[in-house]
Amino acid sequence: MSALLDLLGDVLGRARDKGATEADAFVVEDQSFSAQVRMGQVDTVKHARDQHLALRVFSGRSSAAASTSDLSLESLARLVDEAVALARITAPDPLSGLADPAGLARAVPDLALDDPGGHALDPEAKIELARRCEQAALGFDPRITNSEGGDFGDGHARYAYATSHGFQGEYRSSSFSLSVSPLATANGEMQRDGWYHTTRRRADLDAPEAIGRVAAQRALRRLGARRVKTAEVPVIFDPQMAATLIRHIAGAASGPALYRRASFLLERLGQTIAAPSITIVDDGTIPGALGSRPFDGEGLPVQRTVVVDKGVLASYLLDTYSGRKLGMPSTHHAARDGSGVGVSTTNLYLTAGDAAPASLIRSVKSGLYVTELIGFGVNSVTGDYSRGAVGLWIDNGELAYPVEQITVAGNLLDMFRAVEGVGNDLVFRDRTAAPTLLIGRMVVAGD
Amino acid sequence: MLVRPEQFFADRFGLSASVTERLLGGALARRVDHADLYLEYRVSEELVLEEGLVKKASRHVSQGAGVRAQSGERTGYAHTDDLALPNLEEAARQARAIADRAGESAVVPVKGPARPHDLYTLVEPPITTDVHAKVDLLRRIDAAARAADPRVKQVIASLGSEDVVVLIAGPSGWTTGDVRPLTRLNVTVIAEEDGKREIGSYGGGGRVAFTFYLEQERWRHFAGQAVRQAVLKLSAVEAPAGTMTVVLGPGWPGILLHEAVGHGLEGDFNRKGTSAFSGRLGQKVASEKVTVVDDGTIANRRGSLNVDDEGVPTRRNVLIENGILRGYMQDRLNARLTGQEPTGNGRRESYAHPPLPRMTNTFMLAGDDDPADIIRSVEHGLYAVNFGGGQVDITSGKFVFSASEAYLIEGGRVTAPVKGATLIGNGPDALTRVSRVGNDLALDEGVGTCGKDGQSVPVGVGLPTIRIDGITVGGTQV
Repeated sequence: MSALLDLLGDVLGRARDKGATEADAFVVEDQSFSAQVRMGQVDTVKHARDQHLALRVFSGRSSAAASTSDLSLESLARLVDEAVALARITAPDPLSGLADPAGLARAVPDLALDDPGGHALDPEAKIELARRCEQAALGFDPRITNSEGGDFGDGHARYAYATSHGFQGEYRSSSFSLSVSPLATANGEMQRDGWYHTTRRRADLDAPEAIGRVAAQRALRRLGARRVKTAEVPVIFDPQMAATLIRHIAGAASGPALYRRASFLLERLGQTIAAPSITIVDDGTIPGALGSRPFDGEGLPVQRTVVVDKGVLASYLLDTYSGRKLGMPSTHHAARDGSGVGVSTTNLYLTAGDAAPASLIRSVKSGLYVTELIGFGVNSVTGDYSRGAVGLWIDNGELAYPVEQITVAGNLLDMFRAVEGVGNDLVFRDRTAAPTLLIGRMVVAGD
Repeated sequence: MLVRPEQFFADRFGLSASVTERLLGGALARRVDHADLYLEYRVSEELVLEEGLVKKASRHVSQGAGVRAQSGERTGYAHTDDLALPNLEEAARQARAIADRAGESAVVPVKGPARPHDLYTLVEPPITTDVHAKVDLLRRIDAAARAADPRVKQVIASLGSEDVVVLIAGPSGWTTGDVRPLTRLNVTVIAEEDGKREIGSYGGGGRVAFTFYLEQERWRHFAGQAVRQAVLKLSAVEAPAGTMTVVLGPGWPGILLHEAVGHGLEGDFNRKGTSAFSGRLGQKVASEKVTVVDDGTIANRRGSLNVDDEGVPTRRNVLIENGILRGYMQDRLNARLTGQEPTGNGRRESYAHPPLPRMTNTFMLAGDDDPADIIRSVEHGLYAVNFGGGQVDITSGKFVFSASEAYLIEGGRVTAPVKGATLIGNGPDALTRVSRVGNDLALDEGVGTCGKDGQSVPVGVGLPTIRIDGITVGGTQV
């Protein structure tokens, strides 16, 4: 057994000795490095080492949590005492408790989350990757005049989780990322954009030059941005922006939002909430993917969940507690933090359709192609949606000119019902992924 | 926790002044422009009541050190959460490794810090208040919110408290410290009627004792406001879409300043020339009615600090004076590289992050206008009094902030409540359109958190009632 699981065993044992009837705990150890190169010069280099241990205890049906970054024996003893004392002040909740033991993961599958050799690279070589990425952007076009920097980062973590009812699991994971944010300038106008790639294995990272070129193109295409007149028009979301829309669906389908009645998907299970072209899946079992994990925050095995099946809301995303509140089994989406259990997605995606993105654009006579959204104007209780947008105006089926300082607004339920086209361009670049998405009508506010 | 930071770290971790001086003086300062060591010990607690039950109670301890070495524009930063001396020496070695490569080695003498302020010494910091008193308050809030309106179906009340001890050690042996209490109470309400549901949220706090919430029954005010907002939104009509006159109410709508000009005036963006405000000192960027300050010295405010996270005492910085851009907010690095003074705005989320220029409490000074007159002056427009979050693209200057409570203005009168809508504007242009400034400056209740480069810090904002002649409202009513 590993040192981390030994440590958890000691903490859980002490919790029992102090009167806890059940308990679970996790520990994370993390090492990371990041380098930023700006205008060809090294700007910031960071080295980090982090660790923390979080404990949850139950005293009957009352529970409390505590965490610490100090893993000394004295500190861990204090942690247990504080958690047990706090549990006395919380209210007994008949539905609280650990996950059903029958469902616990019996093995920890190898999901290829770790690239043990990936970190064996000299800091100079990592800095060089960031430098090449930025240089490719700066050298792409004379109008690229400045930069927020090229960044390389890597991280390496060990995570272990154990419960007082017998679960023990541990895994390692790694991540590598490369990104750059160049500025384009013309006629006194200044625009910034960027591009990035994040992977579990260093060898899978896109070439720095490829990332730099895309970043430069993205910044350049924003030059000459105009505003447009307020109008109700078709709106196409590029893949990254379409992914933000399905995140809102996942948020509203998560158990804690539902039992708090703070969700626009409340009491809609089994109902049609989107066009038939919409299927949304969460799959934590994809080898090497950024959102994969061998077991969830309560020790339950990850699985593939169809959240929306051809427009019908097919499943909520539940941990044990929110499942019990709603009278359903956990869907193994528990996520842990120091204060307890919540719900998170793993690899969430909108399945690809059959339309080429170019044909979706060609189908629009006058409308908006969205490449960036800013702000927080989403009401998760009603689905009302209003965000700032940047993009390109579509005129007679062509991307005609860049637009900015506009908003797009609607209601998420109306928007998903009004989907008129799903692209065939699904690529997993993030934990959440989507193809290009065409929504028939939204209100664009401008002049 | 009435402690002196120097004593605290010496007693608890053996990190006395001589040890920190050796770490910095010996290992670092001779070969770099600037070096510092930041030690932090944080205890926090969170209590959450929902469905009438205290469902979450948690307590967290985090401790760590960040070592920084700078040479020219280069920063080496290393942090560790193990405060044993060998780990600190390793962190110092890693931080120095990068700064060393610059080749230059002129130590820039840094003045020892001036005496810090004493803005929030509390006899009983909120983290030390008995947890039963806190739970009792959350229960009273739940009961008050439910009693306020039968349409209230769900109440979530949360109380967070923390105490952070920091010690900053600079080159040439100086140290300065701070003990920072902070608390925040939040009430969220879900109201339902005829199958419609809405949410209302309100709260407050600061670097204050727990008794702050009991004074004038502030807790009851927070609960009442959350209920009022949720119920009001049940009858809200579609928000208008397009560019129109907008009147912002006092207090939290000051988030306008934070997004429209605040971030764009942070020293790092301006040194790099990536802000829409770069190179515009002395130029007119707002109407002459507009004066904006960032003031970290207001007693007990959420955004205030006795010293910033680089050991520089905070101060009141005038950013815009009668419409003219007067100054940027600086940390030590960006001040040094641009020949300016540090302004006490070098802040970091924790020991795990290097400091950046950040805001403290950012607000517009009061004008002469009667707020009622300002509303009467608008024939057709929007009156927005509460907001959720905001965001800015500092390079293009475009910013958004999302109204959570707003009304139509028709014929000089406030009429129907409208659904939430995002407002979008252009930073260098938005404040030139301010045509009326009220005499009712208010600071927010103490709820703001600002994010930048993945670092969150508590901040404050403030605003009198103002009229803006033309900003785009992202509603759905064309």
